[in-house]
Amino acid sequence: MMPSYAIILVIVCYLTLLFVLGIWADKRARSKWVHNPWVYSLSLAVYCSAWTYYGSVGIAATSGVSFLTIYLGPVIALPLWFIIMKRVVMISKQYQVSSIADFISLRYGNDRSIGALVTVICVVGVVPYISLQLKAVSETFDILSASKEQASIYMDSTFYIAVLLAVFAALFGTQTANASRRRSGLMFTVAVESVLKLVFFIAIGVYATFYLFDGTSDLYNQISALENFEELTTFSNMEATINWYFMIALSFFAIFLLPRQFHASVVENTDVNHLKKASWVFPLYLLLFNVFVIFIAWAGKLLLPQELNPDYYILYLPLAHGHKLLGLMVFLGGLSSVISMVVISALALSTMISNNLIIPYGFLKVLNKRNPVANVKSIKNIRRVAIFILIIGAYFFYVNFNVQLSLFSIGLIAFVVIAQLAPAFFIGLFWNRGNGFAVKMGILAGSIITFYTLALPFIADVFLQDSLFVAQGPAGITLLKPHMLFGLDFMPPVTHAFFWSMVFNLMVYLIFSVIRKGDYRERNYAELVVNASSYGDMQENAFVWRGEAYVPEIRKALVKFLGDKRTTRALDIFYRKYGLDPKEEKADARLVNFSEKLLTGSIGAASAKLVISSVVKEQPVTLPEVLKILEENKETIRTNKQLQQQAYELQRLSNSLKIANESLIVQDKQKDEFLDTVAHELKTPTASIRAASEILADNDDMPVALKQKFLDNIVADADRLGIIISNILDLEKLSSGRETMDKKPHQLNNTLTKAVDGTYQLALKKGITITKSHLENLVLHYDEDRMLQVFTNLLSNSIKFVSDKDGIINVNVLERDNDVLITFSDNGKGVPQGDMKYIFDKFYQSNNQTIRKPLGSGMGLAICKHIIESHNGNIEVDQHFKDGARFYVTLKKHGL
Amino acid sequence: MKKILIVDDEPNIVMSLEFAFQKLGYKVFIARDGSEALTLINENIPDLIILDIMMPQVDGYETIKQVKTNPAFAKAKIIFLSAKSKPDDIEKGLSLGADAYFTKPFSVKSLTTAVDNLINN
Repeated sequence: MMPSYAIILVIVCYLTLLFVLGIWADKRARSKWVHNPWVYSLSLAVYCSAWTYYGSVGIAATSGVSFLTIYLGPVIALPLWFIIMKRVVMISKQYQVSSIADFISLRYGNDRSIGALVTVICVVGVVPYISLQLKAVSETFDILSASKEQASIYMDSTFYIAVLLAVFAALFGTQTANASRRRSGLMFTVAVESVLKLVFFIAIGVYATFYLFDGTSDLYNQISALENFEELTTFSNMEATINWYFMIALSFFAIFLLPRQFHASVVENTDVNHLKKASWVFPLYLLLFNVFVIFIAWAGKLLLPQELNPDYYILYLPLAHGHKLLGLMVFLGGLSSVISMVVISALALSTMISNNLIIPYGFLKVLNKRNPVANVKSIKNIRRVAIFILIIGAYFFYVNFNVQLSLFSIGLIAFVVIAQLAPAFFIGLFWNRGNGFAVKMGILAGSIITFYTLALPFIADVFLQDSLFVAQGPAGITLLKPHMLFGLDFMPPVTHAFFWSMVFNLMVYLIFSVIRKGDYRERNYAELVVNASSYGDMQENAFVWRGEAYVPEIRKALVKFLGDKRTTRALDIFYRKYGLDPKEEKADARLVNFSEKLLTGSIGAASAKLVISSVVKEQPVTLPEVLKILEENKETIRTNKQLQQQAYELQRLSNSLKIANESLIVQDKQKDEFLDTVAHELKTPTASIRAASEILADNDDMPVALKQKFLDNIVADADRLGIIISNILDLEKLSSGRETMDKKPHQLNNTLTKAVDGTYQLALKKGITITKSHLENLVLHYDEDRMLQVFTNLLSNSIKFVSDKDGIINVNVLERDNDVLITFSDNGKGVPQGDMKYIFDKFYQSNNQTIRKPLGSGMGLAICKHIIESHNGNIEVDQHFKDGARFYVTLKKHGL
Repeated sequence: MKKILIVDDEPNIVMSLEFAFQKLGYKVFIARDGSEALTLINENIPDLIILDIMMPQVDGYETIKQVKTNPAFAKAKIIFLSAKSKPDDIEKGLSLGADAYFTKPFSVKSLTTAVDNLINN
């Protein structure tokens, strides 16, 4: 086996490594490695303590499937967990809640006695649980080193491990006095430990199933040959079934209420959205953890001697086969689960002890007299001392009560104790009548039952050696038998205790909530928590307070705990948020509430209330008044929201009307311009015809040749009128979008040839050469008639502007990756520089310009542009071509 | 012999006007746009100018402004002959100093009568 000092050395190295990792992560708290939903989800696996790591195999070996309950509870709870936690996290962030005790006391009006009671419950429930972890470390250490009983605590390695854990927790957990501040480094190490323990556990599972045996079916065949196999894999009777359901309920509560669970999921939550990922990652984690439990248990039963504790099968298995390194790995996995559980629990408890027990009960007076620096130091020291006392206390609990309680049962007892918080927590979230007095009474009733049914028999058995108490009841009263209270005789002790304590706790809570009314302050916070659906509902406005308060005094109180700098900064933000005058001496309800919230992070909800109420004079408000004011506030907020919504709608509507109106004006103007231009375009040839006709009519004696010239002009102008009219109609049709293009595949080369052939006669007459490049088999989708119109128009323009005889027109086709570029160039007089911009506009000149465009009707190119754009193409004139005119037509190959 | 300058870029209209005024005994000059017109006026001041508004290069408005700023051309009467027929257009034309405004299409007879009147008064 391994020497003790070597194991200690490994442990020290491991802790140092975690410490370095934690410091590294703390420095990068906002980086994507540390601040992400995975780290958050994995840190929730602090739930899997040594009890899980070792104990579930033990329970699977002795009691079969019931080990699954502590996982099924959380898995079933998770959808609900998501909904409830979202609200709890929201409230806790707003109110700087730093523990479950703070949260419950906040809900019931910052009552310090509730916070204290919850703290006591948690300490009572968790300290034995921590001692259970130490027990696991100690026993596994002994197995690994094969050492025997230790003589004194100075020789006991567990003691030193406990001290190391306390140092680790104190160093990481108490860096700031504000307990609601996140500890990113610490939570990162917890997430890493969660990964390690899972990996090691699965490793040993694979080892047991596939190395020691030939897989799951081999294991099953061998184990089913054992005699009590049936018992271990099925529910033998109704009692076991009921037991199963209660266990699930118990662990369901645990995932909300265990201080370390609340700490990891609420206090350390950096982003509400992380809950979403956690709601599936965490159950998946638990599932993975359970895959091999039953197989390891079977392997242990088959291979290991009967007298070995089944809790430690996972450690015995590799050691028995001489795999020391694997054994050490298993030990480190167990140690990881211990470290995370102990550190987070101690941290959560120490915060509760300082903020809900020590400070509000007495120590506040001391703090009030001192300066802020000393106060911060004192608060930190209280927590550090608390951490040490808790862990060392747990160690002594372990040493003194080292009875043969299994890991599983101590864990369950802790769950039952913590479950006493369930009515106050869950019902308080949704029912505004639940009040503080009822909480205290309910928890007390539940605790008494738990004590009577669980602790008392244990004490009687261990200290008094009195077995009659359990067997026959006190003084022989059978109805009061602690394990069969009121004759309930079919439940195991833990389930039995859970059942009765919950019945009493719940009944007492409900009855007192109904018959007693809480005071106005309680009701105020109740309304706040129950109705909290958004951050807005929890602002300072939602808080009713009446009385006399002065800013300088409140400020003084804040400075004492927060220091000058933080106080000034916080108040600045507050004043800016509500637009208040910082010089105003009198404080209002909002400032009082805000100051309480500020202090809550440092000294807890109850103490914060005490500090603030010591510097303000509060006048009681009656409950109906509180409700009325709250209702009015809500009404105002609602009305404001509605008005805002309506104003926004109106604004939007008027904007869209404005846009519509503007576009109508533009369209109207365009229509006017168009009509104007149409009239104008028609007038010129009409004038020409009219003048020529008048001349012909008045001059019969005109020479025939001249007469013929006038008649020719009339014919030409009449033709021109016809062309203009059809162009106008064409353009109107194209620009209104009524004309659809009849797009079909065509050989571009064929269409170009048709266009050139069509203008051949004209070109021939002027003695112009037209050359055309060939590109065979280039098929594009377009409307051929329309495309022909474009090509013909461009060619005709060129023919019009080149000089006779030496005019040359060139058509060139270039295929590119996505499109085809067709160039029409000529050596004519070119487009005048000033006209370049306008040639594609329809009658642009009509109103804004008095410079006439050079091309006849002025519509040909506008029509071309419309046609090409309807094909998702482009047409433009080369503005830099100096030797004539050059036009580019680009057509897309695809997606026409 | 009285001189008339016709400034228009529509050859068919110019042809009709040239025929009509020559027949009435005027000496007719022709310009295709404002810049041509201004060159011609400099060489030979006409008694009357028939001026289109929408022409390439230099338009009718610009042309009349140039003519009116030079006192040497003061005796030249000006008639606008344009397709622009909105009241605003006519008012603008007259405010620039034109003696008459004819809209296209127009009656040749009315135009020649107006020219006669302007030149002989």
